Amino acid sequence: MTSAPRSQARPRSTATRRTPWLLRLAVAGGVVFLLAPLLIVVLYAFNTESATQTFPPPSLTLHWFSVAAHDGEIWRAFRLSVQVGLMATATALVLGTLAAAAIYRSRFFGRESVSFLILLPLALPGIITGIALRSAFNLAGVNFTIFTVAVGHATFCVVVVYNNVLARLRRSSASIVEASMDLGASGWQTFRYIVLPNLGTALLAGGMLAFALSFDEIIVTTFTAGSQRTLPLWIYDSLNRPRSRPVINVVAILVMAVTVLPILFAQRLTRREGGLNATR
Amino acid sequence: MGPPRPTAGRRLSAWLYRRPRLRLSLLLGPPLLWMVVLYVGALAALLVQSFFSLDDFTGKVQRSFTLSTWHALFTQVTFDTVLRTSVMALSVTVASVAVAFPIAYFMARLATPRVKAALYVLMLLPLWASYMVKVYSWNLILSKGGVIEWGVHRVGLTGLLDRVLRVPTIGGSYLGASLLGQFLVFVYMWLPYMILPVEAALERVPASLVDASGDLGAHPRTTFRRVIWPLAKPGVVAGSIFTFSLTLGDFIIPTLIGTSQPSIGKAIYEYQGSAGNLPLAAAFAVLPMLIMAIYLTAAKRMGAFEAL
Repeated sequence: MTSAPRSQARPRSTATRRTPWLLRLAVAGGVVFLLAPLLIVVLYAFNTESATQTFPPPSLTLHWFSVAAHDGEIWRAFRLSVQVGLMATATALVLGTLAAAAIYRSRFFGRESVSFLILLPLALPGIITGIALRSAFNLAGVNFTIFTVAVGHATFCVVVVYNNVLARLRRSSASIVEASMDLGASGWQTFRYIVLPNLGTALLAGGMLAFALSFDEIIVTTFTAGSQRTLPLWIYDSLNRPRSRPVINVVAILVMAVTVLPILFAQRLTRREGGLNATR
Repeated sequence: MGPPRPTAGRRLSAWLYRRPRLRLSLLLGPPLLWMVVLYVGALAALLVQSFFSLDDFTGKVQRSFTLSTWHALFTQVTFDTVLRTSVMALSVTVASVAVAFPIAYFMARLATPRVKAALYVLMLLPLWASYMVKVYSWNLILSKGGVIEWGVHRVGLTGLLDRVLRVPTIGGSYLGASLLGQFLVFVYMWLPYMILPVEAALERVPASLVDASGDLGAHPRTTFRRVIWPLAKPGVVAGSIFTFSLTLGDFIIPTLIGTSQPSIGKAIYEYQGSAGNLPLAAAFAVLPMLIMAIYLTAAKRMGAFEAL
């Protein structure tokens, strides 16, 4: 606090210099802790040793990539995960946007409860959502198919779209819609030329988040899937099959690429709102 | 130019514009219907299932009202399971705060914009790298002869690790088969969920307040305790909802890493799966719901929802 006048002018840039070394150490340690496991999976994908998991790997190979590429089961699981992700994302986009528009535009009784209800599937442990949906499908006599998986995913994906769209609506002025109508645009034209471009990147970001969330989900999926195997479920099953262990590493890289790349892109799209909304 | 021709579409949108209530119900209807029918309906179905019972002879669920499933639930094993899992969830939450706070503080108040953006991306990578991939990676790291054993051996601390693993409750034959290892994995998995809300809360602490506290002669520790911590608390509570809730319900991590003792999630999964006893699983699932209801009510009182 000795450099008060200077730090007032440039509070952030001068700040790093007085960061205590203990804090620096804690931050550096935290970053290593967070990233090391991801790097280790990548390293093990090139491991020549398939029977044991000892570190460090004796030598490196690309063999497991070609084994994974020719495994039909992996590609079936991958296709299923993509299909479920697309269905859940489409549902979440429609429902989340509608809910955000309703919450943003009006004050009404029970408004708080509605936003709480939308958040609830994320706040409650996934296993509750899973077993609740299983109980309901069981009572209703619904068979477990790809659709029950997608319905389960959509239920917790709504909130990420909702949060992103609501944040964008709060940043934009309601009067642009009125201005558009006053200038003679029809409802459709206003939606097409004013509302949609304004929400565009928020929808894209929310949609990608929802897709990544669905693509990655395993807990709710175990309860809403019948014989369907999504990619995370394939990994889970394979852990008990020593023979497919080396291939898991390769699949892990594929899964990371599918979820992380859209997220980094979504992050760029929503930077002005202070980054992505809602961690999950 | 005269006014636009009143087409049907225009008349409809004008008509809707004058009826905000109707417009609201049209907007709110579909999402509300989905959430109430599917989600609240499913939670109700969960309760209904818990009042059914499993016929021991046929192995089929008897769909008639009975309290016998609930009666079967209240055993010492259930009590121990709930207690063990809750203690684990609390320890994970406390440890997450301890690890997350310095990182969040650095990001929010000390880092240059460029460093901060880089850290933010570094935080998002493990947050969004697939759950299953991360668990699998820890399975490798904690395994016999894995990275940690290798590293500990290299720095000559194998004796210390062995001694820690011999501690009764938290130990095991190797890290991957101990509750200590499970704890480590949980902290890793949910750490970003703690860092992000704490960082957001710390960012909103006005620098002038911190400066004023220092100018008025407070020791940095006093400033932390009386200014920064109270203002960061909603963020910490918001983060703790995630760390606590996610640990409470997880069944993958306790299955793959740790001892054979049941956790809440594992018990529910096994009752439903291998035992085929959906009513008992449903009744068991009500317990974490109650725990979360208490937790969320307390969190709401502490203003956590504004920080989400």
